[in-house]
Order: sequence, then C-alpha cells, then structure tokens
Amino acid sequence: MTQLDDAVLLEKEDRAGPLRAALSSQTAGPLAALVLAVVIFSATTDSFLNAGNLSLIAQQSVVVGTLALGQTLVILTAGIDLSNGAIMVLASVVIGNLATDGNVFGALLAGLAVCLVLGLLNGVLVAQFSLPPFIVTLGVLSVLTAAARLYTDSQSYPIDSAFLTALNGGPTVGGVTITYGVLLWIGLTAILGYALTQTAWGVRVYAVGDNPRAAALTGIKVKRVLLSVYLTAAVVYAFAAWQALGRTPTADPSGYSTANLDSITAVVIGGTSLFGGRGGVVGTLIGALIVTVLANGLTQAGIDSLYQQVATGILVVIAVAVDHFVRTRQTR
Amino acid sequence: MTTDVVLQARGLTKHYGHVVALDNCDFDLRAGEILAVIGDNGAGKSTLIKALTGAVVPDAGEIRLRGEPVTFRSALDARRAGIETVYQELGVAPALDITQNLYLGREQRRKGILGTVFRKLDKPAMRRGSARQMADLGIRVQSIRQKVDTLSGGQRQAVAVARVAAWATSVVIMDEPTAALGVRETNQVLRLIERVRENGLPVVLISHNMPNVFEVADRIHIHRLGRRIAVVEPGRTTMEEAVAVMTGAKQPEDLA
Repeated sequence: MTQLDDAVLLEKEDRAGPLRAALSSQTAGPLAALVLAVVIFSATTDSFLNAGNLSLIAQQSVVVGTLALGQTLVILTAGIDLSNGAIMVLASVVIGNLATDGNVFGALLAGLAVCLVLGLLNGVLVAQFSLPPFIVTLGVLSVLTAAARLYTDSQSYPIDSAFLTALNGGPTVGGVTITYGVLLWIGLTAILGYALTQTAWGVRVYAVGDNPRAAALTGIKVKRVLLSVYLTAAVVYAFAAWQALGRTPTADPSGYSTANLDSITAVVIGGTSLFGGRGGVVGTLIGALIVTVLANGLTQAGIDSLYQQVATGILVVIAVAVDHFVRTRQTR
Repeated sequence: MTTDVVLQARGLTKHYGHVVALDNCDFDLRAGEILAVIGDNGAGKSTLIKALTGAVVPDAGEIRLRGEPVTFRSALDARRAGIETVYQELGVAPALDITQNLYLGREQRRKGILGTVFRKLDKPAMRRGSARQMADLGIRVQSIRQKVDTLSGGQRQAVAVARVAAWATSVVIMDEPTAALGVRETNQVLRLIERVRENGLPVVLISHNMPNVFEVADRIHIHRLGRRIAVVEPGRTTMEEAVAVMTGAKQPEDLA
C-alpha cells in the first residue's frame, strides 16, 4: 500500500520537475540577490531601469560570465582554474595574429585548438598526476601570461574581421540590441545545465567533486571524468575568446588580467560550493549578472566604482559563509 | 552438499615480500546465509576479502562461484560476477540524492532518441526503482529525492547497503559496515543485513564486534595467521571460545 502511494507521490513530483529545479535552493538565493539589486537601483536611479541599460549589463557580463561557466565545471569537481583568463587571452592573440592573413575561420579554429591543448595539459596534470588544481593552474597562468606577451612581442592586434567580431552584433528588438554573444552565453548555460542535470555525465561530475572515493568505488572512472571536465571547460573558454574579440575588437596580450578571479567570484556568488559537488551553471549566470549590476548600478547612482569592489567582496564572503553554514549543518 | 555453496575458495595464498597474508586459505559461503568473518588485526581477513572482490590477485589458489572457477583481475570483474561490497567508510556521495546514489555509475537513460542522442537520464524510472528498493529493504526515508547529507549516519549506511543489494546478483560483502555507527544505528543496519539475506542474497560480514556477529551470523569463519582455522555456529560456541580460538589462546580441536 505505502509503496503504491509513494509511487503516485513521486509521479506527481516529477511533473513539477523543471520549475522546481530552476527554483532549487541553490539558485534561489542568488536570484533573490539579483532581483533585490535590480529593484534597489531601479528605485534609486532614473537611468538604471531601461532596456538599453539592461542590454548593456548583459553585454558587459558576457566574457567573464562565459569563462565562469567553464570555471563552474572545474569547481564542481572541487578544483579551481586560475588559468582560464590567460588561456582565453592566449587564444585571442593567436586568433588575432593568424587572422591578419585573412583566414579568419582557420584562425578561430586555431584559437579553439590552443584552448583544448591547454585544457588537456591542466586536465592531465590534475587527473593523471593527481596534482592540486590550484597549483597546476597557477603555474599555467604564470607561463601563459608571459607566453602571450612573448608571442605578440607585447603588441596587440586590431581585429577588423566582421566574422570575428560578429558576436557583438545581433537583432535589434524595440531599439535594443540583443547580441549574439549574449544569446551564445545563455545557450551555453542551457547546454551545460542540461548536461549537468539530465545526463549521467553530470551526475558523475557532481559525484567526483562530492566524494571521489565513493565515486571510484561505484566503478566511475574518476580520472576520465576530471579530464572531460577540463576539456569541456576549454571549449567554453574558446567561446569566451570569440566573445572577447567582439566586445573589444583588439587582441591584447595584457587584457583580462583579473578575469580568472572575476570568474571565480561569479561562480561563488552564484551559489556553487568551492568544496565541490554543489551548485550549477544557472547560478553562475546569475552570479555574473549580479557583479555587473552592482558595478553598473553604483555608477548610475554616482557612487565611486571602488565601492563596487567593496560590495562584490562582501557578497563573496556572504556566499562562502552561507555555503559553509549549509554544509556544516547538514554534515553532522 | 557442495551445490548450495555459492562462493568457495581453496588454497588461496598471497605473499607481500616475506609477509604471508594468505596461507593456503579456504573459504565457503553457502546460499541464504550470513557468514561472519572474524580475526585479529593482521590475521589476513582483509586480504581474503580483497581476493574475493578482485582488489587483490592471489599468488595461488582457486575461487569458484556456484561451482564455476572464476578469476578476478579487478574489482570490476567481481562486480560483473554479481559480487558487491559495502565498505566501512561511508561509500555514498552526500551532495547527491538517494536515487542518484543508488544508481551511481549505473544510470539509466531514456528510451529512443532522447536517450541515445541526447543522453537524457530516465529519472522517473530510476526514482521508481529506488523507491521499490528502499521499500523492499524496509528503509524508511521521507523522500527518495532527499540528499544523503540530510540523513543520519545509519540511514546513509542503509543507502550504501541498498545500493549494493540492488546490484548484487550473487553475493553481498560487508566490510565493517557498522564500525562508524552508534548502537541504535548499528541495530538498524543489522536488521537490514538480515533483510538482505531474507531477500535471497548470501552475505559475508566482516566485523570486530562480537555481539553483532553472534546476533546475526549463521556461521562464523575464524581467521588466524592467514588461514581459516575454524568455522563455528553461534548456537554451539560461545563468544569467549570464538575469541580464544581467534587469538590462539585455544586450539580449534578443543572446542566442544
């Protein structure tokens, strides 16, 4: 009897599935913070709440927001990627250099190849050699920052190809441009969100980050999962490089020097645990928007932009504290 | 009476350098029983269990599953043969829910193009399966969607046992499953072990806890110096006698 009742109950719960998942506790907090910030800035400034400004906020969030999607995958496995910004910058200068020949499509593919090789390097060092991700990616960051400057002789390449800057364009609806870059960002979030929540690969990514020993005991090939995460993140970084060329049509070897930390900030504010196994990409998208909304809103309110850094810092600490509280309360 | 022996080993030997971990060791697990394996630290019980679960390849000896000789080169080989193990350290992922834990590494995909191309998980089927499995074993939880970190230590170990019982087709091995648990939670897990036996799977229980062993085991394999020196039954042998044999204070021939 009870068994039947249970089954009926479960069926009912399933129908409310997607909505429930979207509003799960992990994204509810960041979403509330985003809504609160939007409401406050809308109420206190005249220039914040209009379609043009909201479109601008989305565009300003795109590069770090996309990097943060890859970062989310890595952090879910209890890792961290300090090299993602540097990988993106190296890819963009390689694209910029090769594009001077006119073969822009080949240049973009070369950028993807750069990201994949470096993702493979990070993945092999972390998975195969069991080295700590923090140290591995710190080392790769240092090497790549220098490599990008050596490769370009510290020059930047102007990008004049319509193809390479295409992500900054897009359809205009009611006088507001929705860029392909923003659509790509949302699309990548949807694809990765699907992969994380609806496929066996996703369950295994969470399991590996949560309890790698238990995952291994169930027969999951932990090293292979870790490698797949670093490679998938690398593909995402390649998209970020393309978006960066659209945002500022210059491949600058010294640009985006804090993008790695900014991406971690977005992930953490988005509710993903630095200890692995908890969180997701929808939260990260919201987290990236929160950071931009704070910067944009405080500027509109005429407040020194340094206070934006103060506010972001406070949010990061709150997010980590909430995560710590949740974890210690549940793991008695 | 050899037909009702599910898992059998003869003459298992394993050396680590000069250390003999298994010395011509025999082992018999019968259908429908709980067989406890006891032995002092360093007696070689864990090497025996590792040999039976494929984690260690013995230097010599033979293992038979339902009379058929088998060779386990890895833990995966043993799992494929239907031998599943619950480990002492809680083998669950706390951030995942009960269903995800039960199906971890064996996730089911949707039928048709959703499953083959889009790799979509069949969550409703897995939830039904885990609800049925939990009900079969009499494990009570609020919801099959509960994350494991909201469960007590005993319930978590119950999830680990349910996982193993769901996939084992031949033998369930439990390596110190109650070592990390309190008295009440230990009792829950002991009832669960009996339930697994009632549902038709023989159980090998490795434990240091003599009262637990004498409470649930049908037979007790006493391991000493790398081999089986006696098999006793709880009704006929006292706990003191079993411990005396285990530690060498008494010879097995002297048992009543």
